Amino acid sequence: MRPKVKFLTDELIKKIINEAIEILCKLGVEINNQNVLSLLSDNGARIEKSRVYFTKDIIKQALKTVPNSFKLYDVNGNETNDFSEDNVHFTPGSAALHVLDYQTKEIRNPSTRDYINYVKVVTQLNNIASQSTALIPNDVHEKISDSYRLYLSLLYCEKPVITGTFTIESFEIMKDFQLVVRGNEKNLKDKPLTVFSCCPTSPLKWSDVTSQNVLDCARYSIPVEFIAMPLSGFIAPVTLTGSLIQHTAETLSGIVISQLANPGTPMLYGGSPAIFDIRYETTPMGAVETMMIDCAYNEIGKYMGFPTQAYISLSDAKQLDAQAGLESGMGATLSALSGINNISGPGMLDFESCISLEKLVMDNEICGMNLRMIEGIEPKEDFPALPIFEELLKENHLLISKHTRKYLKKEHYFPGEVINRANRPRWIAEGKTTLEERAHTEVEKLIQNYEPSSLSDEVKNDLIKLMEKEAKKYGQDKLPIRKP
Amino acid sequence: MDIIFTQISEYLQQGDDEKVFKLTKNAIKLNLNPKDILDNGLIAGMNIIGEQFRKHEIFLPDVLMAAKAMYAGLDQLKPLLASKGISGLGKVVIGTVQGDLHDIGKNLVGIMLKGAGFDVIDLGKDVSAEKFVETAKRENAKLIGMSALLTTTMQTMKKVTELLKKENSEIKTIIGGAPVSKEFANEIGANAYAYDVANAVECVKNLISGVK
Repeated sequence: MRPKVKFLTDELIKKIINEAIEILCKLGVEINNQNVLSLLSDNGARIEKSRVYFTKDIIKQALKTVPNSFKLYDVNGNETNDFSEDNVHFTPGSAALHVLDYQTKEIRNPSTRDYINYVKVVTQLNNIASQSTALIPNDVHEKISDSYRLYLSLLYCEKPVITGTFTIESFEIMKDFQLVVRGNEKNLKDKPLTVFSCCPTSPLKWSDVTSQNVLDCARYSIPVEFIAMPLSGFIAPVTLTGSLIQHTAETLSGIVISQLANPGTPMLYGGSPAIFDIRYETTPMGAVETMMIDCAYNEIGKYMGFPTQAYISLSDAKQLDAQAGLESGMGATLSALSGINNISGPGMLDFESCISLEKLVMDNEICGMNLRMIEGIEPKEDFPALPIFEELLKENHLLISKHTRKYLKKEHYFPGEVINRANRPRWIAEGKTTLEERAHTEVEKLIQNYEPSSLSDEVKNDLIKLMEKEAKKYGQDKLPIRKP
Repeated sequence: MDIIFTQISEYLQQGDDEKVFKLTKNAIKLNLNPKDILDNGLIAGMNIIGEQFRKHEIFLPDVLMAAKAMYAGLDQLKPLLASKGISGLGKVVIGTVQGDLHDIGKNLVGIMLKGAGFDVIDLGKDVSAEKFVETAKRENAKLIGMSALLTTTMQTMKKVTELLKKENSEIKTIIGGAPVSKEFANEIGANAYAYDVANAVECVKNLISGVK
């Protein structure tokens, strides 16, 4: 049996959805993009200046065309993610402004070198299905800081990419990179390579950039994840139910734009809501209520038949300490038990503003344990039980029993060296290492063992040419590192 | 003919006792030196397994399977080696100390020591200090390995080291188990303390090569 966590009754879900639809129709959503306004108006929505009053009909129509699942494929076209039912996939948190430097213990700005190290590590983490454009190198022109991440990711790692643009202009090159990898638009549509995060602005607004991104992605059938961010008690009702109503309304508005633009565009019902901690004026991702909202909106998305996403399994701690472990672990466990399809968070600290490679390696083990947990407890040649117990009583142990050898690696997840399970004398004999030290050793080992992506040199060169051309547009003649 | 040694070593590492049995039989038929079959085939394979185990590259069941395969070969070689007056790496006496019935850890150490090429005399559990020492002397063993889980039974270990000291014996001692420690080993004058199975084999090897 697959273990499951539930926070909402179907009855409450229905009420939340109905209330969200009421808000969309009666209070409307502010959308600051002419193309989107025209699209919605053409489909029967009432527009007053930049405020759009949705109709029940267009919402209903849009909900009908959302695919109930989709898959992601790596740069070579192999399937990696199946966003359907309660399948769980982990991906690193995204777009950190900072990196936690292991040597100095300082939080600092990341460079291209940091990004490449990150990609080299994430490539080899087995429990993390996709990469994300997890940090923003600050040694390139600001205008290419979004596309440059995708460029490095596609150059160095085969895994599909969870990403997004910071501007309207960047979409073009970020789409072109993908066309270079896949060859043509049809192949890209058939085998999605990326998911673009598109964020409404709470409360109930869409900016010019992000709503245009929704249209642009729809044009190429590039999957999107809607990331509504209501903050309970600040720019959303303080109650979790109230925040869920707002999250539902904001997400539904995105779905309508996307599905009207191109019915059938793949979508993750996502988000990054949080409570607002009025004591510090912060948005704790590690708060239990934040996690409850995440798990609950996932239930709402699933109720409507959509695959889901959430920013959960990350931490507000500023270093790799017990808080980092407990918040990430708790989030990963709750989200896995909820069946959130794309879980974004591993590697992140400091309210998702800082990545630590050591934490990413530790989180990979958290993910591994959770992926094992949701496989649940399934009998495997356990009935009738007498034969195995006869064997046990005869042999005094089952260490080399056929049953053990057959099921050991399926039944037990073996974490890497980061998780220490040696007895104390052995731990002492092996250097009394802290988790942080072991994680760092692992990071260094992974960077050392990295093998280049098997993407063809021809494609890599095309990516390089595209990126160089884009950089030149903004007066940057040379990229920090030209070749992998 | 080295190829057959390599094959023995490789099948042993895979834990294939049937193949190791057949190959060892063939090697004996081919009149190869039993000592070479042992050293270059069986023990060579077990050494690789031991090293991989120590580095966490393989797990205990893999080691035990390899050990089982090792015995499939070793049992055929033993009479031949004995007739030529060749002994293995040496005899060791092991047991769980008096008053203690927890022998899982000790059994694992025994299996591994055999796998590493030692002649292991396992006295079982609830073994008195006198029995340890008498057996070791009678069998001309080089080492006594003692295991305990209960704190109440640790004193038997001390008694063994005292008896050996009294007799100026060269027999080495090694202890292991949850309640004991390196400090306790020092305190009672045991030659070594091992914190797990792989570590036990390593320590025994070091102690016995020191004896030679």
